[in-house]
Order: sequence, then structure tokens, then C-alpha cells
Amino acid sequence: MPARAHVAELAPSLRPLRILWDRLRRGDEIAHVVTLIFASTVVGITALLVYQLWIQSALSRQKFGWAFFATRVWDPVAGQFGALPFLYGTLLTSAIALLLAVPLGLGTAIFLSEFPLARFSDAFAFLVDLLAAVPSVIYGLLGIFVLAPWLRVSVEPVLSSRLGFLPLFRGPAFGVGFLAAGLILAVMVVPFIVSVSREVLISVPREQREAALAVGATRWEMISRVVVPFAKTGIIGSVFLALARALGETMAVTMVIGNDPKISASLFAPGYSIAAVIANEFTEATGNLYLSALIELGLVLFLVTFVLNGLARLLVLATAQRGSIQG
Amino acid sequence: MSLRGRWRKFVNAAMLGITALFAITTVSVLFFILGYLAYHGGKNVTWNFFTRLPAPVGEPGGGMANAIIGTAKLLFVALVIGAPVGIFSGVYLSEFGGKGPSFFVRYTADLLNGVPSIVIGIFAYAVIVMRAQHFSTLAGGFALGVMMIPIILRSTEQFLKAVPRPLREGAMALGSSKWRTVLTVVVPAASSGIITGVMLALARIAGETAPLLFTAFSDRYWSSGFNQPIASLPVMIYTYAIGPYKDWHEQAWTAGLVLLGLVFVLNVATRLVFVRKIAAFS
Repeated sequence: MPARAHVAELAPSLRPLRILWDRLRRGDEIAHVVTLIFASTVVGITALLVYQLWIQSALSRQKFGWAFFATRVWDPVAGQFGALPFLYGTLLTSAIALLLAVPLGLGTAIFLSEFPLARFSDAFAFLVDLLAAVPSVIYGLLGIFVLAPWLRVSVEPVLSSRLGFLPLFRGPAFGVGFLAAGLILAVMVVPFIVSVSREVLISVPREQREAALAVGATRWEMISRVVVPFAKTGIIGSVFLALARALGETMAVTMVIGNDPKISASLFAPGYSIAAVIANEFTEATGNLYLSALIELGLVLFLVTFVLNGLARLLVLATAQRGSIQG
Repeated sequence: MSLRGRWRKFVNAAMLGITALFAITTVSVLFFILGYLAYHGGKNVTWNFFTRLPAPVGEPGGGMANAIIGTAKLLFVALVIGAPVGIFSGVYLSEFGGKGPSFFVRYTADLLNGVPSIVIGIFAYAVIVMRAQHFSTLAGGFALGVMMIPIILRSTEQFLKAVPRPLREGAMALGSSKWRTVLTVVVPAASSGIITGVMLALARIAGETAPLLFTAFSDRYWSSGFNQPIASLPVMIYTYAIGPYKDWHEQAWTAGLVLLGLVFVLNVATRLVFVRKIAAFS
């Protein structure tokens, strides 16, 4: 190795420099640095995003403090901004969505992961992926012109006459409102639950299934008592992912929630969500405080989805590792 | 068979039946969406729709040529921003990064991927629109480009890692340095996969509306260059759908069909062309 011989002849203090120079000449260090710069860009952009959300919302944070989250008045003209109606709308619609999407998504994932014909299952999974690819504005379009009229005419009157003793199903049928937004969200997040759950279900080791069948379990007993409990953490992870999606979903919700900053117990009533108010009022926000309040709502959305996504990833990772260790 | 045995068999059949029913329900939503859009939007997919500007309210005809070109321009800007950053960072993660830094970059990318699109819109507004004091194609494209980065990064990394070790070792054994191996052997071997990732990222952002509302904004006429507000298909669908006019609703259905067609064609074509190649390779 002639290069090493060079190095040995040099004074000890110069040796590291010489080695670095050799590596630079080969180009590896340059390639490393160039790709590193791009990778740092990703970190830089994300850091800048957090920084911008933080400083641009400073005005609102200083003026309202924590009371921002406990105030239900949203009056741009008077300069009064409270986030409570939006928090309520976002949480309520997401809860409706999960209530419907979790059984539907989990059932679909079980069917796809347990179905014996692999090709068929893959084709089905591809269709579910396509469903996830439908732009949210198209869901909103169907929401306005198909779902909302159907709810107003056929569903909500029936619900209120049968279940009207519950405050949830009382009041006039508007069509647009919490229920419409929750239903649309449910349809939108099902594909996320299906694709992640299917993967964790498939990663359950074969031996686990075979052991259950060997002691005489039926197929369903094997699924419900062995496979699903084994994949439990991963499935919960998929639900968290879906929740993060639902909370941040903008267009479809904006188009069907009714855009009225009120807190009502009735699911039929129009409401508002965090993402929807940003989408609707951002370009019209006059004055720095108004804009800053909207950006603070964006900051809240960011923080919540950040925590949920982090938790979800940990859970899915934990299941995958469990599968690979025991499998 | 004992009563209990029969009951267990019944539960088994019933529950499996229910899961099948759920699966069919989920997939039928897709066909419902496709069918409904084709039915309502299909009759107005005419030559005019692709070549004319929007007509004033009340006048018949008119199209969305400006919005179609607008979407193309926005996707172009997004690609120019998102693809290099995504691909080079993916190369870093797979080939050069140490364990610690790679974990950090990967984690950040996942975080960025989970940020709601409306928040990305706020970010682009704060960084570009606020400074320039006006909406622009550039700001909209930047927002979409940021959304592409994590998707491309993860798929690039994944496909590079799948390149077999012997292939790298062969190149190294012939005396090529690491960067040469990566550039001339590893990346070309994974190129189908990398392109797949880029195409799927494009399909994912093509229908995004929220980040464009206050970055690219909209425009009823042609927008020249990259420094003016610009119309796009998703924003047009939104504006037309919530507008009060019957004509607008009709046009929104048509635009929805065209947009969905674009997204699905991107998805399906990418999978048919490239996924087969990837499968053949590994």
C-alpha cells in the first residue's frame, strides 16, 4: 500500500491530514458531504417549520395564553379568539370517524391477511391503496352533493325519531354538520387502518397460528384469541396513525362540517374544525392578531399529530420486532 | 356433533362472513366514487374543457385549461424541489450515514410526513408569501415539494438497501471507490424503484388542495412565469363545489373526474410498469 507508506514517512502530527487527503482524492468524503448536505436540508426544513409556527403565533400566544383553549368566543371583529369550538369539532368528528373506521378497517385487514389466495389478497390491497389515493377534495365533493342531502332527507329524521331521547340525535336535520364530517373522515381513514393492520397481522409468526389450530381452535378462534392479541400493539398503532390523519384532514371536513363556530351536543348541528377554520379564514385574516391566532391553531394541530405519529410508530415497531424475534 | 361444537362452527362462519362483508364494503366505496364521478362528470369531458378558460358565470361552455396547466406547473416546481432533496437524502441514509445521524434524519422525515398538509401551507405562507407580499406558483410548488421529500426519501432508501451485496462487492473488487460503486452500480440497479417512489409522490400531491389555498391561491386567467398566483384543478374543484351556481357544480364534477383520472393513472401505470421490473430484479 503505497499510500500508507507515504503516511508512515510523514511527521506524526501531519498523518491524519494525509489520510483525509487520500480519502478526499478518492471522492468518497466529497460524496458523503454532498449527500449529508441534502439530508441536513430535510432536518433544516422541519426545524424551520417548527420555528415559523412558533414565532408567527407569538402574538396570539402572548395575548391569550392558555385561556385560548378554554374560550368559546371566536369574534374576529372584536379581536376575541378562542379555540374551544374548533377543538371540540375536531375531536368530535375524529371520534365518530374512529368509531366507524376501526371495526370496518380491522375486519377488512383480517379478511385480507387470512384469506388463502395471495394474489386475490394483493389485488384487494391494491384497491384499498387506490382508495387512500383519492384526493380529499373529491371526498368533499361527494360529501356536499351526495352524503349531506342523503343525511338530511333519509338518515337524520329517522335517527331523531328513533333515538331522539339521546341529546346526540336531537335537533333539526341540516345535512352538513358533525355527523357528515365524521362519516366522510371514517371513509377516508379506513385505508390507513387496513394497510398498517394488514402488515402487522401478516407479520404474526406462522407457528402461533399453527399452534392454535393444532389444539383444535376454529379459524375465527385462532384469529380472535391468538393472532389479534399478538398484533395488538401494532393495530393500536394503526389506529393512532388514522387518528392523526383524521385530526389534520382539511378539505373534505371544510366542505361538509357547516363552518359555524358553535359547540352543540347534537351530531346533526353544523360545527367547525381546526383545519377547516384555517382553510377558510387564512386568506381573509385582517390584522396580525387574527393571523397569529390562526397560526397558533396550526401549531396545535402540528403538536398533536406529532405526538400521535410518534406513538404510532413506536407501537408498530414494537410489534414488528416481537414478530421477528419469536418468528 | 355436540351442540357446543356446532355453535363454535357457526360463530366461525359468521365472523369470517362479517370480515368478508367489511372488506367488500371498503372496496365498494372505491367503485362508488369512480362510478359516481364518471356518471356526473363524464358527460362534460369535452375538448373545450381542456382548451378553454373558465367562462363567466351564466355563460355556457368554458373549460379549465388554465387550471390544468397550473397543476402541471405546480407539480413541476414541486418535483424540482422535492426529487433532488429526497433522492440524495435517501442515498445518504442507505449508503453514507452513520447509525446515529441516519436515525435522526429518518425520524425527522417521518415527522415531516405526518404534518397535516394545511400546516405545510402555513409554513410556505410564512416563508415565501409573507416575504414576497403576494401569492405565487413558487410558493405553492414549494409547499407541495416539501410534502414530496419524505415520501421520496423513504422509498429511495428502501430500494437502495434492497440492492444485493454481491453486486456492490463486485464493483469494489474491481477497484472502484465507494462513490463510484454507488453512482454506477447501486443507484442504476435501484433506478426503477427510485422512479416509482417519485411517481407515487407526485400522485400523492397532485390532488392536494389545502396547501395551495393560501400559497398558489387561484386565478381565472392564464398565469405567466412562476411569480404570480395560479389556478390548479383541486382548488378549482373546491371553489366551484362551494359556489352557488349550477354550472359551477357541473364543472366541479368534470374537474373531479379529470383529477381522479390523473391520480389513478399515475398510480396504476407506475405500479404496472415499474413494480414488475422491481419484482423481476429481486
